[in-house]
This record gives sequence, structure tokens and C-alpha cells, in this order.
Amino acid sequence: MTSKAPSAPVDATPPARRRLRSRKQGAGRQHHAGPLTYVVLIVVALASLFPLYWTLVAASTDTHAVVSTPPPLLPGGNLFKNLNYVWHNAGGRGMGVALLNSTLVASSVTIGTVAFSLLAGFAFAKLRFPGRGVMMGLVLATLAVPAQLSVVPLFILMKNLGQGNHLSALILPSLVTAFGVFFMRQYLVQALPTELLEAARMDGANSLRVVWHVVVPIARPAMAVLGMLTFVQSWNDFLWPIIAMNGSSNPTVQVALAGLGTGWSTDWSVIMAGALIGTVPLLVVFLLFGKHIVGGIAQGAVKG
Amino acid sequence: MATSISARGSDPGSATPDRPDRTPPGSSPRQAWRSRLYRWDTKGSPYVFVAPFFLVFAVFGLFPLLYTGWLSFHQVSLYNVDQSTWVGLKNYTDLFTGPASHFFWNALWNTITLGILSTVPQLMIAIGLAHLLNYQLRARSFFRTALLAPYATSVAAATLVFALIFSPESGMANWFLGLFGMDPVAWEAGSWTSQFAISVIVTWRWTGYNALIYLAAMQAVPGDLYEAAALDGANRWKQFLNVTVPALRPTILFTAVVSTIGATQLFGEPFLFGGQSGHQGGTANQYETLGVFMYDQGFRNSMLGRASAIAWTMFALLLLIGLVNALIARRLRKSQ
Repeated sequence: MTSKAPSAPVDATPPARRRLRSRKQGAGRQHHAGPLTYVVLIVVALASLFPLYWTLVAASTDTHAVVSTPPPLLPGGNLFKNLNYVWHNAGGRGMGVALLNSTLVASSVTIGTVAFSLLAGFAFAKLRFPGRGVMMGLVLATLAVPAQLSVVPLFILMKNLGQGNHLSALILPSLVTAFGVFFMRQYLVQALPTELLEAARMDGANSLRVVWHVVVPIARPAMAVLGMLTFVQSWNDFLWPIIAMNGSSNPTVQVALAGLGTGWSTDWSVIMAGALIGTVPLLVVFLLFGKHIVGGIAQGAVKG
Repeated sequence: MATSISARGSDPGSATPDRPDRTPPGSSPRQAWRSRLYRWDTKGSPYVFVAPFFLVFAVFGLFPLLYTGWLSFHQVSLYNVDQSTWVGLKNYTDLFTGPASHFFWNALWNTITLGILSTVPQLMIAIGLAHLLNYQLRARSFFRTALLAPYATSVAAATLVFALIFSPESGMANWFLGLFGMDPVAWEAGSWTSQFAISVIVTWRWTGYNALIYLAAMQAVPGDLYEAAALDGANRWKQFLNVTVPALRPTILFTAVVSTIGATQLFGEPFLFGGQSGHQGGTANQYETLGVFMYDQGFRNSMLGRASAIAWTMFALLLLIGLVNALIARRLRKSQ
């Protein structure tokens, strides 16, 4: 019946123009959504958003109200009291310090990852040099190495270097990612016209000038996407921070939250206030740049 | 791939060294110096550009990888990391048949069941959602953003919220079940119930992310395929099964591999779900994964050698998954 369909090859990386055309064609066959589609989507959207809203509700009540039956569905009046408490007391020096630490770590990691991925991705995409194929293979092979494999030696290494409990222990190991290099390479192979590089070279520009004046302007959208994905990932990183920063008085948000959750007393409204502080900054970033993140996930995944 | 070949033919670097106008014979020493500098720059800069990646990876990736392997044959204490005693394969035999084997096989089994519980429904819901999002919709960007919002939530925050929702005494989940006259469920204490609750957290965080990946792939499917199918008399469900799903096969494989790798390393959710008892993955280790087991053995019981052996076992597991995946991919390619 539809014997034609499965045999049609699907190009995972269609040129921009072809994709545009196929999307236009697609628009013709796209049906309007029926009422049932809206009902399902609204239910799923509510399920996605409710735990976030419930965090706010629980953070604004007190311990007794959180676990009462029926549970409260509207915010109470204790939000600022609870926020104030975790801001000053969570994780030793308070959620404020943790927030600052997370911002510092995630920003450094993001800047490093974007810069180094751009340089390496550019070299792999457009420059020819002996060993290029082998090196690119090595980059790809590192994608398969799980985080668990490095935590014990890193712990020992950091302890010997005296970097335990220090934020650099979180920043340095994350400064490069194979995904970042691969992502940038895939983008620049298509987006960067080789003629433009040649022209810049003819004009006598050295490599750094070429990178700065030709590659960076063209790579800017990809840099933004990679930057946002890296920031989210770094902010939410859990395994290594909880080992490197265990019992630290200088925690990141995740470590401080884990401390709240595994402590002996479970004052849920205070814990939820902490969760709120840990979540809202990222949600704000996400809402501001949501469209780009959505596009970036699609781009990274389809091409990856 | 085709583009990289064309780039190779017109490479900016390869053309420069023998360009005559750069180094005219009998030029001034200064010009000669400049052209030599230029040649160094062209030859050396690719290596300078890729150096940061390989340097950082060598120190923080490759060295730990090998060192973990070395440590897995030693007994190392958390408190005296510089003193290690060679114990041969003891760490591994302890895990597979020795004193730790009960916990190891339990953790391996939990990793598999939790992996299936959190990956399979997640991807199936995601593909259905992507199909719905692919219709012409009002408030399209609202739905996309709402579905992706959990992705921006951390493991810690998400797990704490769900631990509250699933709290045994009077959590929201039990209150909700009570509305339908059902008895409260001991979410944390039960084996299947706790694993179900944890897989809900994973599914909540990642379904929207996967749905958007599928959506992007769906939009790249040429429309005439659907027109042809419609002419053949296929209804929308048949079109979904016979056009959309086959076209998405590479993407489905990709998300399945990524999710499986993620599930194999599951740590934060089972670590935090039970509060105090979370370090061992529940009071009866009923949701202890390999990741939690490794943390527990290494950083709470101070057996870094055994933790390293667990890490290498996980690595072997991932390689096995990669191998199976490669075989499936090859089989799929042949069948097309």
C-alpha cells in the first residue's frame, strides 16, 4: 500500500535550502489540530508545569500545610520567610553563596567549552593537516566514556593538588566536550564558505585574524546554542560536584540542594524554597532564549 | 561528508606556501621573515586550535580512564589515597561472586529495570507528542516551551519535588489516589512502586526534550511521501506507522542510544529520592543503581578500588550496548 515510503532515504543533514523547501511542502500536508489534540497537549503541558508550580506553592507554606490533606493548591504567605532562611542557612553559607558559585562555574565552563569547541571545530571542518582524521576519530571515541570512570582518579588528583572543595575542581575537567567540538564542526562544514577563508588568507590575514573576523561572526548562532546547552548542563551537573564538594562549606546549588534533601530534618517548605532558588534562574534564562534552545536541541540531535 | 571533500580541494592553507608573490626572489630579509612566519602560522595553527581539547582531555579524561583501571586492581582507602595495595582481581571477584555480589547483582538488575521503566515509556510518549506538535497548532510555542521546561530543572530540584509529591504519609500522589477511593501506596518502601516513582522523575525531565528532537526530524520528512500515501488510501494512523516512523528510524535509534547510556549511569534520582536512606538506594536497596552503588562503596565505605572496578564494569556495559547498537544499525541499513 505504501511500499514507496520506507524505501525513501532520509538525509540526516539536508542542505539548508532543501530543508526549507521540504518544510514548505510539509506545510501543505499539515492538518489542523483537532480538539482532542489540544486536550492531550494541554494535559501534558499541565503535567510538565505542575511540579514547578507545586514547588512554589510548597515553598510559600509551612511544614504542616505542605503535607496536610487536601494539599494546598494556592501559594501561602511564608514564601519570603522560607526564601530568606535558605538564602542564609542552606549548605553551610546559604543558598546565595551557592547561587553565586553555580553561576561562576557554569559561566566559566560555558566560555571555555564554546571557545575551545569553536577553535577545534573550525580546524576539523576547514583546515587540512596531517593526523586530522585520526584526531577527529579520537574526539568521537571520547563521547562514549562515562562520567563514573573519571571520578575516583579526579578525586585523588584534586586531593593531591589541594583543589578539593575548590571551584576549579568543577571548572577545569569540564572545559572541553567532544560533543561541543563535533557540534561546531558539523555547523562550520556547511555554514562557512571556503572561498571566504581563502579571500581572507589572500589579504594576508593570519590564523587568529581569520578566526576572529571570519569564523566567529559566522559561527555566532551555533556559539549561542552550544553556550546555552552547555550552561544548562553544567548548572545541573550532579555526580562530580557531589563528590568533589562533599561536606563543603562552599557548595554549588546542586550540592546545597542535596544537603537539604538528605539532612535529618525534612522541613519541606524550606527544602522547596531551596529548590525554587535553584530552578528559577535557569528557567528565566530558558524563557528568554527558549526559541534558540528548542532550535539548538533539534539541530544538535538531527545532525548528531 | 561531501562538503568536507570539497573543502579539502580548495584548502586555504595548502595553497599558500608555494604562492610566488609572497616570497619573490631577492626580497628583503624582513619580507622573507614575514613569509616564513606566515608559513609557520598556516602549518602550525590547526594543531594549536585542537590542542586545548586534547590537553584537557588527556589530563581529565584519558588519564583518569587508565588510572581507574589501574586502581581497580588495588585496595585504596578514601582517607589515604596515596597508599594502595595490589590485590589483583579481588575487587572484581568480590563483585561477581564474593561478599559484595548480592549488592552488585541487585544494583545491576535495578539499573536494567529502572532503565526500561524510564526509557521505553519516555520515548513512546515523546514520539506521540511530536506527532501532535506537528499539526498546525495555535499557541505552538507555548506548548513547546512548556514541554521543555522540565529539561531546565536540575536532578536535585526535580527529585526533591517528586519526593514530596510521592511522600508516603500524605503526599499529593496518595491524596490523588484517595480521590478515587484507592489506598495510599508506600512509594518509597516498595520495590516496584519506588522504581515507578523514580522513572516518573526521569520521564518528566526528558520526554519534552526527546519530543522536540522527534519533531525536528518529522519536519524534515518530505511532504510528497504523505501525499503519495494519502493517494494510496492510507489514513492518518497508517501514514504515521508507514511514513513517519520509518523516516524517523535513525532519529529513534539515536535517542534510544542516548537514553540508554543515560539510564545506565542513573545516579541523582535514586540517590536523592529516599532522603537519608538514599545513599544506599532505599532502605532495602530496592532502587540502588550501579551509579549509586559505586558512590556508596567508594565515597561512603572508603573502598576506592572496588568503586573503580564498578566503574570499569559500567564502562564494559556501555561498550556492550554500543556494540549491540552498531549491530542493530547495520541490520536496519541492510533491510532498507
